[in-house]
Amino acid sequence: MANGHLREGIAGGRLSPEQYAENFSDLHPPLDHHEALVESDRCYFCYDAPCMNACPTAIDIPLFIRQISTGNPIGSAKTIFDQNILGGMCARVCPTETLCEEACVRETAEGKPVQIGRLQRYATDVAMAENKQFYARAKATGKKVAVVGAGPAGLAAAHRLARHGHDVTVLEARPKAGGLNEYGIAAYKSVDDFAQAEVDYVTAIGGIDIQNGKALGRDFQLSELTKDYDAVFLGMGLGGVNALRADGEDADGVANAVEFIAELRQASDLSGLPVGRRVVVIGGGMTAIDAAVQSKLLGAEEVTICYRRGQEHMNASEFEQDLAAANGVSIRHWLQPKRVIAEQGKTSAIELEYTAMKGDKLAGTGETLMLAADQVFKAIGQSFIAGALNGSGGSIELEGGRIKVDADGRTSLAKVWAGGDCIFGGDDLTVSAVAQGRDAAESIHRALTSNGRA
Amino acid sequence: MADIRNNFVGIKSPNPFWLASAPPTDKAYNVERAFKAGWGGVVWKTLGEEGPPVVNVNGPRYGAIWGADRRLLGLNNIELITDRDLQTNLREMKQVKINWPDRALIASIMVPCVEESWKAILPLVEETGADGIELNFGCPHGMSERGMGSAVGQVPEYIEMVVRWCKQYTRMPVITKLTPNITDIRKPARAAHAGGTDAVSLINTINSITGVDLDNFAPMPTIDGKGSHGGYCGPAVKPIAMNMVAEIARDPETRGLPISGIGGITTWRDAAEFMALGAGNVQVCTAAMTYGFKIVQEMIAGLENWMEEKGHRSLSDVIGRATPNVTDWQYLNLNYVAKAHIDQDACIKCGRCHIACEDTSHQAITAMVDGARHFEVIEAECVGCNLCVNVCPVEGCITMQPLAVGALDERTGKPVSPNYANWTTHPNNPMAKVAAE
Repeated sequence: MANGHLREGIAGGRLSPEQYAENFSDLHPPLDHHEALVESDRCYFCYDAPCMNACPTAIDIPLFIRQISTGNPIGSAKTIFDQNILGGMCARVCPTETLCEEACVRETAEGKPVQIGRLQRYATDVAMAENKQFYARAKATGKKVAVVGAGPAGLAAAHRLARHGHDVTVLEARPKAGGLNEYGIAAYKSVDDFAQAEVDYVTAIGGIDIQNGKALGRDFQLSELTKDYDAVFLGMGLGGVNALRADGEDADGVANAVEFIAELRQASDLSGLPVGRRVVVIGGGMTAIDAAVQSKLLGAEEVTICYRRGQEHMNASEFEQDLAAANGVSIRHWLQPKRVIAEQGKTSAIELEYTAMKGDKLAGTGETLMLAADQVFKAIGQSFIAGALNGSGGSIELEGGRIKVDADGRTSLAKVWAGGDCIFGGDDLTVSAVAQGRDAAESIHRALTSNGRA
Repeated sequence: MADIRNNFVGIKSPNPFWLASAPPTDKAYNVERAFKAGWGGVVWKTLGEEGPPVVNVNGPRYGAIWGADRRLLGLNNIELITDRDLQTNLREMKQVKINWPDRALIASIMVPCVEESWKAILPLVEETGADGIELNFGCPHGMSERGMGSAVGQVPEYIEMVVRWCKQYTRMPVITKLTPNITDIRKPARAAHAGGTDAVSLINTINSITGVDLDNFAPMPTIDGKGSHGGYCGPAVKPIAMNMVAEIARDPETRGLPISGIGGITTWRDAAEFMALGAGNVQVCTAAMTYGFKIVQEMIAGLENWMEEKGHRSLSDVIGRATPNVTDWQYLNLNYVAKAHIDQDACIKCGRCHIACEDTSHQAITAMVDGARHFEVIEAECVGCNLCVNVCPVEGCITMQPLAVGALDERTGKPVSPNYANWTTHPNNPMAKVAAE
């Protein structure tokens, strides 16, 4: 690997195999038995616990932690899965620092919350290692439900529907199930192919048929689903990536961060994955951080995140920002992309313009900055592609560019529910997608069975 | 600096912290280490009769219960008295006393309940130069099955008889160690007093089973599938021990009888509490067995510091100071009213005070005020029970605040009376009515 990190342009093999392995090892290694007991002892078993109220899936956190502390990790896992069948992945990827752990009273008391996420991982790991299945399917209802998208929302919906005795067909565009758990999460947050292990664990209940390589609008139409199935759940996420709206953004070396992250997750040999020597990531959310940190871990010499507003506006949590800083990523604020400069078609630099608030509007100041860059990642948000949805049959009402649903997850179209990132009003979190999928499944169940009675 | 030198029935030690007769004091090696660490005295592990020593089990001897973070709260043991030869112990005691003339060295003794046995061992002990003897009438396991230990301590007549023999056959001060495995601790204390004991020490350990092995359905500690009750000690027994110390200290029949306080003493504060209730000094075991001998340094410095801060110049300023304030329930002032108060700045909003009060007590603490999570005492419901204080994880967050005389008690709708009034005179007390007629 000698001097691999100094290689100009976008190149692979920047590090030694050992360094790749170390860089992409588990970000939060699992708690061992002793650590889990010590940590679980810290929980105060609060009344109407703030952590539980902060959890989008409302896991009974004090109860599951108490079950760990009393030597019942299997019972603990059931407490978690009762509310969130993807509790294993959520334990790994939830921004706990802005959810349960932020609300933890020990955060208030000592600035050191109980490590709820790691405890949740401990309990779910124990149960999954034993392949302990807690749920049996109810008597078959004879009803068929189609789920579009095998991401967190779709899997949560499918599991809950299968539990209630419905037959579920999941149609997934990609070659693998898991959605963003499989394709959209930094590698060091989900090691050892956990996303697939979790898909297997969830589908082990039976009655869930996942068909890969089936994209809505390409391989089937919504109208076919509403005709062939008793209900449809849409959980296909966001297919589009927002454009930079900067000159020259189609130059070689400009890429979508989400694609880079997906490619990295699917790579069997990280040394074969090329990365720039100088990387600039445009954006301020989790995707920007994931792309930037992983670029650095792949051996990029200089990685800079440029965000058009201030630190306080970043969607990435403080923990994520710190993680980026700790990995040597510099984060610069109040800069927006203006022009990608290419030499012989290949990106060599990016010109950015300083921004400031003018009244309540963000505007460029006119002053510019040039950063050398042989790779630029766009991480300025994803968008819902409605075309596939509304190309046929009755159309579904949108709001803010995404699917409009009611409190139960119903769309404007009869027999059709939706959840996850594709609906309006969400917060683009795995855990929220799980909650929406689960709750929509309950709503579908009620609708198909005259209020829950088969 | 406050003076913490101790004079207990004429036995002098540089501080009031003695190691109790137990595994840590079984041989010179340990006792030397204890004295180096700063312990004021040692009660040597109980000596038995001349002849083949007792034998111990070769499996586990201890069981335990733990609090959060596996802090040891209670320990039990099924170890017997010393299983070393009497002469070896006596030889080592003599040498240790020569090496450490300023420290107290007490011999604990347990021999059969016959005069000859006591008459035989006392001169041997006296010859070591020991400062005193402690009669082990307390151990509840093993030896009691052979008519010794707590089997003696549970029969006041035996206590009196043996104490009398000891006073007759030795010039050494006699400390009688009492078992708590008895209904009324005053009875054995009175018996020891009647026999002429110089002091009592208490408590010895409490009959206990600390756990059950649920795989094998056997009590713990488990020896080859079986278990036996053991002697319980450690922080968990401190409240029981302190009550017994106070009972003896305030009993008119034993008032003034020196007491060596034992039972879960772990910190300087525990020691000060025992002494305030009437103990002339304290003996420690479990804390040393948990943390090693160094803990005495915290005890010494802490006691000195507290006494200095409070202006107590010597231990006599402290000993027995709380005894007069220990009374019977019937004499408690029923006109005293206190209400819980939650310091909102200190509150971390765990809600435990609320749920404890709501589920199990008087529904006197809010959970939600104006739609926000907020815990506040409803004075009209608060009976001042103190449960919320005890379940709150933040020290000092909830306090009991007495209502001033004349202030309105919102619960009863009456002003707080300036007068002391107890149950003996209360109108609801049928006995009070009888007395008034």
